[in-house]
Amino acid sequence: MTEAIPTKISNGHGHGTHPMLEFQDISKAFGGVQALKNVCLQVEQGSIHGLIGPNGAGKTTLFNVMTGMYQADAGVFMLDGEHVSLKTSPQELAKKGVARTFQNIRLFNEMTALENVMVGQHSQTKTGLIGAILRTPAARREEAAIRTEALRLIEYVGLSREVACRVAKTLSYGDQRRLEIARALALKPRLLALDEPAAGMNPTETAQLQDLIRRLHADGMTIVLIEHDVGLMMRLCDRITVLDFGQKIACGTPDEIRHDENVIRAYLGGDAVSHVGK
Amino acid sequence: MKTQILPHVAARSSLSKKIAFGLLTVALILMPFVLGLAGPSWVRTADYALLYCMLALGLNIVVGYAGLLDLGYIAFYALGAYMVAVLASPHLNIHVSPWLLIPIGAGFAGLFGAILGAPTLKLRGDYLAIVTLGFGEIVRLFMQNLDRPINITNGTQGISGIDGLSLFGANFGSGFDLFGSHYNGAYLYYYLFLVLVLIIIAICMRLENSRIGRAWVAIREDELAAKAMGINTRNIKLYAFAMGASFGGVAGGMFASFQGFVDPTSFGLMESIMVLCMVVLGGMGNIAGVIVGAVLLTLTPEALRAAIHPLQDALFGRQVVDPDNVRMLIFGLALVAMILFRPEGLIPSRRRKEEFHHD
Repeated sequence: MTEAIPTKISNGHGHGTHPMLEFQDISKAFGGVQALKNVCLQVEQGSIHGLIGPNGAGKTTLFNVMTGMYQADAGVFMLDGEHVSLKTSPQELAKKGVARTFQNIRLFNEMTALENVMVGQHSQTKTGLIGAILRTPAARREEAAIRTEALRLIEYVGLSREVACRVAKTLSYGDQRRLEIARALALKPRLLALDEPAAGMNPTETAQLQDLIRRLHADGMTIVLIEHDVGLMMRLCDRITVLDFGQKIACGTPDEIRHDENVIRAYLGGDAVSHVGK
Repeated sequence: MKTQILPHVAARSSLSKKIAFGLLTVALILMPFVLGLAGPSWVRTADYALLYCMLALGLNIVVGYAGLLDLGYIAFYALGAYMVAVLASPHLNIHVSPWLLIPIGAGFAGLFGAILGAPTLKLRGDYLAIVTLGFGEIVRLFMQNLDRPINITNGTQGISGIDGLSLFGANFGSGFDLFGSHYNGAYLYYYLFLVLVLIIIAICMRLENSRIGRAWVAIREDELAAKAMGINTRNIKLYAFAMGASFGGVAGGMFASFQGFVDPTSFGLMESIMVLCMVVLGGMGNIAGVIVGAVLLTLTPEALRAAIHPLQDALFGRQVVDPDNVRMLIFGLALVAMILFRPEGLIPSRRRKEEFHHD
């Protein structure tokens, strides 16, 4: 219990000059469908990097490659300056510090909010079967520590202690989204991947989410973000990568993206370019 | 600080709970003597109920916590039973102390749990159920046919004369004398089984609220999300199989010692399904529920057996329908009614209860 609890979310990994995440020529095909074609991506340390693109552009596929859910067919995957094999499993990537949320919320529904976040700390803890059965001092200490940490994270994302004891399924939609972020933060990630965190939220909830992401950013977290709410993306992101039909069509600051011809064509069709350009 | 977070922990240690706990202890100690008044067979039934408690608690780890539908669970009961039968009987003239065989049986069954679990790791739901069902039958058929080329299990004839347990030179099977009355071995086994069930309950409670227990439930709830949390789902599932199997192994060893005889018919598919019914009916993932399920499903058929014969005599003056058929008919209808009207089980798990509370 006397253990110091870090106030920052980031665990202070790597502060070199290399990007936190680097994809070089990542390709992924499903049968005849080329979901990703030679996609390059650089996510700078401590930045918020947005991924946008029309439906089916390959954003979530890219996320799934990033988190090990899919294995890319070809390309180079670098995390914090280290090579990562394309065959790395999700649990290995989680241990390496890539945490994610899901487009459709995937909480452990029957568990309490607190337990959900405690599960997130699985790979940082060691208690095995014997330790748990004998309830050794080490196991008890560990349990108390992750409970405290889980509560801290729940409060960090703006949920109350009352909510912590409730079964995840019974939480409101917005709270479930926050809880999923808290659970991802429990992994002490170097890279946090948020897949459409604002989907289905009302304007108030979206504003609160924006605050939360800003707070994470201020605390040094590197974030990759998929979101359809373009306004939110323009306000939040340091850089944005635009995908269309599995290919990167643009990358730059929100301002550059706003005026990029390729982006306008992809979103609004070829004719629109001349109109918008005026 | 802890009470703030988890109010139910504070409530659990209140005085009224302590009194209830004391009364329950006294009731459990006096139970066989009360049951004995109704007839000596009821004490044996209580012993079986406790054996089923061990089995149901073991299966609850696999099905209730980890959500892996196992239809061949009785195989581990068989392994534990045959281990004691072979190593502590005149059959091969080996007489290892059954006390020693309890931990060995647990370890042996646990190892087999992991071995049989390993090929099923990628399977889910119906497919897992079919494969485990097959494994259960394979083990039973082995027991039935391992009398050739070397006679290990004595085939369909089974093994008899299995050593009973003894403590300080007194054999459990011969019973004891108290206040001038004689009580048979079933009484002593009752207390032994009770202690084992309590140990298993303690293990389950500790596992439930541990890193491993939470990982089991996480896999049950969403395997992909569990992987994304860094959980090595392969190892955690194998832990569940091994832990559940080891309880089955202990129960099997106790069954063999208690009964003094084993044959393959005790380990059929119906037994696996029966234990699964106990888990589902009582309340998957809830220790108290599973125990209630095991006790009810053991006692109800016996109670019906005792009631139907005299009832038919009183109503018709003779036996109109075979009492055994009526018994199973009523039992089956009760199961169907339960699943229709209370699918979450008699005592749903804490998590489900909270869910209803907040809805």
